[in-house]
Amino acid sequence: MTAEPQLRHALSGDADPAALGGHGDGTGGHPPRMGFFTDTSVCIGCKACEVACKEWNAIPADFPDGGFPGTSMDNSQGLGADTWRHVAFVEQRRPLGGQDPGLPRADPTQHDLGHLDVLSLAGQGSSSAPAHIPASPAEPGAAGDFRWLMSSDVCKHCTHAACLDVCPTGSLFRTEFGTVVVQEDICNGCGYCIPACPYGVIDQRKDDGRAWKCTLCYDRLGVGAEPACAKACPTDSIQFGPLEELRERADARLARLHDTGITEARLYGRDPDDGVGGDGAFFLLLDEPEVYGLPPDPVVTTRDLPRMWKHVGMAALSLVGGVAAAFASTIVTGGRRR
Amino acid sequence: MAECHPVGFQWVMEAKARGATVIHVDPRFTRTSALADLHVPLRAGTDIAFLGGIINHVLENERYFHDYVVAYTNASTLVGEDFVDTEDLDGVFSGLDPEERHYDFSTWQYEGGEVQAASGARYQVAGERVEGKDGSDGPRSGVREAARGEAHGSGGAGITGDFETDETLQHPRTVFQILKRHFSRYTPEMVAETCGVPMETFLRVCELLEENSTPERTSAFVYSVGWTHHTVGVQYVRTASILQALLGNIGRPGGGILALRGHASIQGSTDIPTLFNILPGYIPMLHAESSTDLQTYVAAEKAEKGYWAELGSYLVSLLKAWWGPAATAENEYCFDYLPRLTGSHSSFETVMAQLEGECKGYFLLGENPAVGSANAKMQRLGMANLDWLVVRDFSLIESATWWKDGPEIETGEMRTEDIGTEVFFLPAAAHTEKDGSFTNTQRLLQWHHQAVEPAGDARSDLWFLFHLGRKIRERLAGSTDERDRPILDLTWDYPTKPMPSHPGDDEPEAEAVLAEINGWDGHGTPLSSYQQLRADGSTACGCWIYCGTYADGVNQAARRKPGTEQDWVAKEWGWAWPANRRILYNRASAAPDGTPWSERKAYLWWDADEKKWVGHDVPDFSPTKAPDHVPPEDATGVAALSGTDAFIMQADGKAWLYVPAGLTDGPLPAHYESQESPVDNPLYRQQRNPVRQIEPVVHPADRFQPSGDEPGAQVFPYALTTYRIAEHHTAGGMSRWSPYLSELAPTMFCEVAPELARERGLEHGGWAHVVTARNVIEARVMVTDRMPSLRVAGRVLHQVGLPYHWGPNGLVTGDAANELTSLVMDPNVHIMETKALACDIRPGRRPRGPDRLALVADYHRRAGITERTGLDPAVGGAAGKDGKDGT
Repeated sequence: MTAEPQLRHALSGDADPAALGGHGDGTGGHPPRMGFFTDTSVCIGCKACEVACKEWNAIPADFPDGGFPGTSMDNSQGLGADTWRHVAFVEQRRPLGGQDPGLPRADPTQHDLGHLDVLSLAGQGSSSAPAHIPASPAEPGAAGDFRWLMSSDVCKHCTHAACLDVCPTGSLFRTEFGTVVVQEDICNGCGYCIPACPYGVIDQRKDDGRAWKCTLCYDRLGVGAEPACAKACPTDSIQFGPLEELRERADARLARLHDTGITEARLYGRDPDDGVGGDGAFFLLLDEPEVYGLPPDPVVTTRDLPRMWKHVGMAALSLVGGVAAAFASTIVTGGRRR
Repeated sequence: MAECHPVGFQWVMEAKARGATVIHVDPRFTRTSALADLHVPLRAGTDIAFLGGIINHVLENERYFHDYVVAYTNASTLVGEDFVDTEDLDGVFSGLDPEERHYDFSTWQYEGGEVQAASGARYQVAGERVEGKDGSDGPRSGVREAARGEAHGSGGAGITGDFETDETLQHPRTVFQILKRHFSRYTPEMVAETCGVPMETFLRVCELLEENSTPERTSAFVYSVGWTHHTVGVQYVRTASILQALLGNIGRPGGGILALRGHASIQGSTDIPTLFNILPGYIPMLHAESSTDLQTYVAAEKAEKGYWAELGSYLVSLLKAWWGPAATAENEYCFDYLPRLTGSHSSFETVMAQLEGECKGYFLLGENPAVGSANAKMQRLGMANLDWLVVRDFSLIESATWWKDGPEIETGEMRTEDIGTEVFFLPAAAHTEKDGSFTNTQRLLQWHHQAVEPAGDARSDLWFLFHLGRKIRERLAGSTDERDRPILDLTWDYPTKPMPSHPGDDEPEAEAVLAEINGWDGHGTPLSSYQQLRADGSTACGCWIYCGTYADGVNQAARRKPGTEQDWVAKEWGWAWPANRRILYNRASAAPDGTPWSERKAYLWWDADEKKWVGHDVPDFSPTKAPDHVPPEDATGVAALSGTDAFIMQADGKAWLYVPAGLTDGPLPAHYESQESPVDNPLYRQQRNPVRQIEPVVHPADRFQPSGDEPGAQVFPYALTTYRIAEHHTAGGMSRWSPYLSELAPTMFCEVAPELARERGLEHGGWAHVVTARNVIEARVMVTDRMPSLRVAGRVLHQVGLPYHWGPNGLVTGDAANELTSLVMDPNVHIMETKALACDIRPGRRPRGPDRLALVADYHRRAGITERTGLDPAVGGAAGKDGKDGT
């Protein structure tokens, strides 16, 4: 069986996912790995990325249930089969820009994030605000200080992509750009990939059962165009390019923010040694990942598969889907809208 | 700006990345605030107090740009002895006729000079129509000193004479000293009391702005309709102008006051107006009584000094563009073909005229007044009284369907079978489906090319107007009636091009229209500069300020040379009027002696060897006029400008800190409360703008509320403001039918602070209804710190925020915020007040059917509202306070 050595190799640090996907000759010969760097510190929450993504990819509209979620200005509420870019809006009683209406508040109610249940967060899916933290502080609270974080989330195009590992049809595949794409004409709707994703990104469309997610505009990349969301972003919060270059840019941006005293700034998904081998789409955040609805320490859900294969031999093949599903049952605990 | 102009906001982000400090002053915390260095929430409707406070701080602490102020502003000019300020008249200026709501501004003039007898927009006297007002007195009131605000879109009032000046700025009647005294009461304490901005925040803004306004640095102001949609809207912008002139931030790179317009090319539709009171290029519209002939008109309207002295050339060239060979010297170039004003015909007065049966037909091109205009019910009542209505839009907007499913059908106020209006709906092409230009806020024309053919029956507005004109001309062909000559003599020969998808249905060439706007000489050669225009009929030009946009027969607006391939001023991207100048009044970027104020801010300077102005931009000045040039005594027009008269369009060549003529409501800004305010004016005894335009719109469906301390005002205890959000566009015609935009903001909502929610029992995510004297609407409740409560006048004031995008039609629906607003107007530009009102808010949905009317009637009863409420005359410093005895 050929899957085993390939998978093991993929899990050992910095990798060339396109080569692992069979592109090139093992020493290159394919385009550089392309990705997104989403710098949330300059996101203005205009949602042009969401609209451009839907327009280009002809994704169905997806009106929120009940008409008014009330989660700040976020009405798309998380990534899903019909939302491949999603802008989170987080209202916080924390200082930014020194806003102070000068009105002392009588009974401060803290919205401290210390008590967060990270697993239930992950279960809600990527960039969904936790249900028990109002996205909009609805109660009178501490004086003045207020900030509004905005962040455009997207499929991470993991270096070690569990969705791809568990796909039995080959519908999910690794492109020559190192990105992960679902082929809707091959997908049989088995749904294994859905619980496999450590970020809760990929999702089944209700009316057709197939799995859908961001393709990093594979069709545009092929003709040298940048993805629709990055093209539409007015402030360059979404940057597209060779991943190596984006990482350098992100490091420089982070250093600059730290120099100006914004010590909370951090990169998310940048580290090739994290649980997914680094993300092809990574982020600069201004707070803990949980605040944005992102899991703090994502791990590729197929991490233990090689070890298991070693023990169970060929029979392991039939377990892949089951293990992934069982693993997923501990983290997918409802809360998703789709 | 991030909220409503996200694409433009990228440049703010770029400036921020280069170290700029961004301050956002707004009642609500928006996407802009989130990215700003400082957000200053203030009470809606108090910006004059806020800016006036900064002016006072600048003057008291001598933080103004002294040399700039002395050289380029009218600070040193002496004002006549008759002028009396608000300081001495308790909040009004000399010359007020409180009964007529009118200022005679003869007392505002300069010492030794004479404000040219007002002319132009004579129709508007004290906010009333001239005709029929007082019978025998009509003609007299028609020619008395009247406002001509709109006549000065880019001009300034005409002035003659030599003015006394004192360059030491010490004489008590210098503009500078008058300014100092006028703003002395705008203290940080008063700002806190009025605006709800804490003193330390306010002082931080002052410091940041002053530190950044020096020879080395400049600051820019950006505003939108949050400043203009008020009964004192023009004076908001005036206050910013005074501040920027004092700080030396006009005519210099990185400075200025930038108006973010509400739609693509609204600037263009002001330059080549869809307005009733100006002709293309801000040429004043003619008046029936006074504009008897070309010579009389030009003599009355032109300035003695500066570029407006050439008005005759601009107007005759316009007439030649419109009537071509039919316009001859013998017939005064068809001057008599131009329509004349007999009264004010602003948008809201047109609604009143519809209700009175005077206005019978109505074209709505990309406009949805049934949702987007103030007091939406009045709009619908007006349309229900028409003979015909033409709606051109993308979808069946509310303005096209009110007759069968509008709110008044539900309440029983209207029955479809009683409505005689014949409604035509014509689908319109989008900008991607046609050629054309956008003119943006910085006067930049940018051409857009057609990407696809319009689908189905959709056609461009150009197509519609061209073929409408063609068909009317065919109908009139052969007519001998004199009244048909203006139509038949029009040059209506625009070339057309076939639409491949619609054989036989030809689309006019948009570029041919641009060429006509640019103009040509007698040989048909395109002109390149408005300085080539002549009053002898040898040139034609559709809009003098656009002359040069088709220079050399090339569409200059279509230039798209990337910024990376040219210098930072990027003169080869699009084309900016006038003359492709990127910064107006850029002579002021250099010191009086012609050297740059600083190397860092060098932009235009005098090259003594070459004897001309050089630098990064096209000089907004005579290119070879030396800095030390002193004009001969008898010089007129452009020649009368000295080498330091940087503000070349102004009749005295100076930036006006004080406006001796041209504004209807005062030579200086003063803080007045909005027509409806929960607060008593903390600054003056005068509560409201004494000359606000209100009498013409009195109607049972447009009642006003008591304000401030007036009895009944407590029935409407909360401040109300309306606004846009990023997800939708204005009244929704372009967004509520688009699924990808609609899903992002799926319903009407109101934004309230947690404190207000608790006070009124409003539940986050639940329903509330909002009430004013006009109507009641319902909305989902968003409880958020983004709409902060403020400490104002010694108490906590809550504010209610309402986006105004929704209506009953479309993919996403909701009540229109404009059901709540009134038609009261700014007296200078006739714009409504939708940004600062007072309201009540209660939990739960609004009543249905006739109960909706009953609820509003109950509020009228509780607040004691009558047909005279809120109309009280101004006091003029004599009688009781405006409003005190009004209800």
